[in-house]
Amino acid sequence: MSESRNRILEALKAHSSEADLPSPPVYKPQLTWSKDEKLDCFQTMLESVHGEVHRIQEDQLGEKLAQLLKQKEVKRLLCSPKFPQAIYDGLNAIECLRYDRHISEWKEELFNSVDASITTTLCGVAQTGTLVLWPDREEPRLASLVPPIHIAVVEADTIVETFAEAISEGNWASQMPTNALLISGPSKTADIEQILAYGIHGPKQLIVLIVNNQE
Amino acid sequence: MDHKLGEEVNSRFGKRIGEALADPQIRRNFRNALDGVMAKRAEQFPDPDELWQLRNLDKAIRANSLHKLPQLLEQLEQQLTDNGIQVHWAVDGEEANKIVSDILDGRGVKKIIKGKSMVTEETGLNHHLEQLGYEVIESDLGEYIIQLAEEPPSHIVAPAIHKSRLEIADLFAEKFPDIPYTDDVDEMTHSARLILRKEFASADAGISGVNFAVAETGTLCLVENEGNGRLSTTAPPIHIAVTGIEKVVEKLSDVPPLLSILTRSATGQPITTYFNMISSPRKEHELDGPEEVHLVLLDNGRSAIREDDELDATLRCIRCGACINHCPVYVRVGGHAYGTVYPGPIGSVLEPQRLGIHEAGKLATACSLCGRCGEVCPVKIPLPQLINRIRAESNEAASDSTVRGHNSLRNQKEVLTWKLWSALYCSPLLYGLFTRTATVLRVLAPSKLGAWTRYRKAPKPAARSLHAMAARKGVDHE
Repeated sequence: MSESRNRILEALKAHSSEADLPSPPVYKPQLTWSKDEKLDCFQTMLESVHGEVHRIQEDQLGEKLAQLLKQKEVKRLLCSPKFPQAIYDGLNAIECLRYDRHISEWKEELFNSVDASITTTLCGVAQTGTLVLWPDREEPRLASLVPPIHIAVVEADTIVETFAEAISEGNWASQMPTNALLISGPSKTADIEQILAYGIHGPKQLIVLIVNNQE
Repeated sequence: MDHKLGEEVNSRFGKRIGEALADPQIRRNFRNALDGVMAKRAEQFPDPDELWQLRNLDKAIRANSLHKLPQLLEQLEQQLTDNGIQVHWAVDGEEANKIVSDILDGRGVKKIIKGKSMVTEETGLNHHLEQLGYEVIESDLGEYIIQLAEEPPSHIVAPAIHKSRLEIADLFAEKFPDIPYTDDVDEMTHSARLILRKEFASADAGISGVNFAVAETGTLCLVENEGNGRLSTTAPPIHIAVTGIEKVVEKLSDVPPLLSILTRSATGQPITTYFNMISSPRKEHELDGPEEVHLVLLDNGRSAIREDDELDATLRCIRCGACINHCPVYVRVGGHAYGTVYPGPIGSVLEPQRLGIHEAGKLATACSLCGRCGEVCPVKIPLPQLINRIRAESNEAASDSTVRGHNSLRNQKEVLTWKLWSALYCSPLLYGLFTRTATVLRVLAPSKLGAWTRYRKAPKPAARSLHAMAARKGVDHE
């Protein structure tokens, strides 16, 4: 195996010049949007790909969640411990599940009997209507992927203009997590006659709650 | 599987084209799908200045990656290894397949779920694994459809583009008699969701391709809309990614401009639903994700392509398929007519180099040199120029040519004809004799000239040559 490695690298090195090409410039689209413009673009872009967007104040999160879950007839919700327990208190008949075991212990259950999940987001990207997630122990990778409804909470302050800005401002290059994700809408496909259909493998519905935490 | 196709590319190309052109259903399917894709791409680039700048930047990023390829591959390997991802190197497809099956061997793996990957089409990985007794399930909807139909992909981005909705409905009805017949796209999509969900939950290993591999951070990036790529790389305990060595980029900051132009060029989307960046296997405290992640780096002719200072541009390709979508030949004959893994303009340049001119050089003849592919290429690969180069390589090549099978399609009759023509045109005496004879004997000119005259009239020498007419008008010679 290492023999192949050497063969490939030697072939490549035999045809490499010492001279440096000029390094490509760093991509930095300058958009200079106001906070409201960013929020509007973020919402418009998400809605254009069937994302459902609600703008709320921080203290309305529990109430909004209860209302949405009732409307979507969710019976079992995969919760995130990153939110204050209070937001789950008003959910009454809805069963709140915790992702606190290794996946191998409850894969079947997660795939077959969880209706929705709620997660935080690292930030939002206005230009493309994108949620950025860095899954971790408290919000594992499959939490935002397997349940048919994904509710993502974005703090309005964290919305940046571009993906490039998110990478450079967040200093990603020095601290890449196991998995970094950009999510822009619910799962979709156009593999049959280029006709769009939503909800092929990932969540069928993506609900984004933009929390305004400044006023 | 593909190798068998490859060997027959040149000899069966004309026949395949004839069959495709005679099938109105195929032509309708491609026309309908590609007209929409082209319009959607155009909408994504309303500002020609922005497009111009972005193409230049992305070209520079890819050229930089290829320039520093050996160093970047070593850096990538080091970073991935530090992150806990195991790196393997394969000179050819056969070796890549063996690496994958060796990883799976003796691990109790039965079922493998696959995300979309053109590189594994190149190596014929599914066939290899199936022969060893593994169950391999494609999970991208388009790939799943053609796996059911037992056909190869006809497009690198939309593999089932050659099939109409009704053809897919019939296929589902035949394969799943328990599901009530429907030709509704939403309902068919839902059926596929239910079927494949079971497979994701029970698969023992996942295999995917890679869109960009970042050397700086040791990160594998996957672009997709369905979520099958995320599931294949997250749900099973083992993830194996397979990629061509050219997919490496130097810095994480190279990714946003490439991603932006890739999705807009490919499907006319500002961004795909998911962009999945994987930098390590499951860490000890984490609750899901594969415990093992492997990357197979495949050469398969790429290092040889890089040796040519003109043709190395082929390796800048980010597999968006825009050249294919805009090709007037592809839209008429479809992907299967090419008989290779990669069809269309990029296929006509890549496949003759990968398989050799003697096997696939004729692909470059199916081109009108209209130039659209070169205009839409997001990394500015000069495709028409490279297609011309492949044509030249087919017939005659510089003595230091590194293209496999160069000069192998040289036609002695054609060579003789050009030599004769050149001799006639170099000698005033011979030329005069020739034109006089031709005008006098013009009635004897043949009216049937094979395929040429099937849709055209045969050319006939004029009654008087241009020289003779000029002389009559008193125009002096020279």
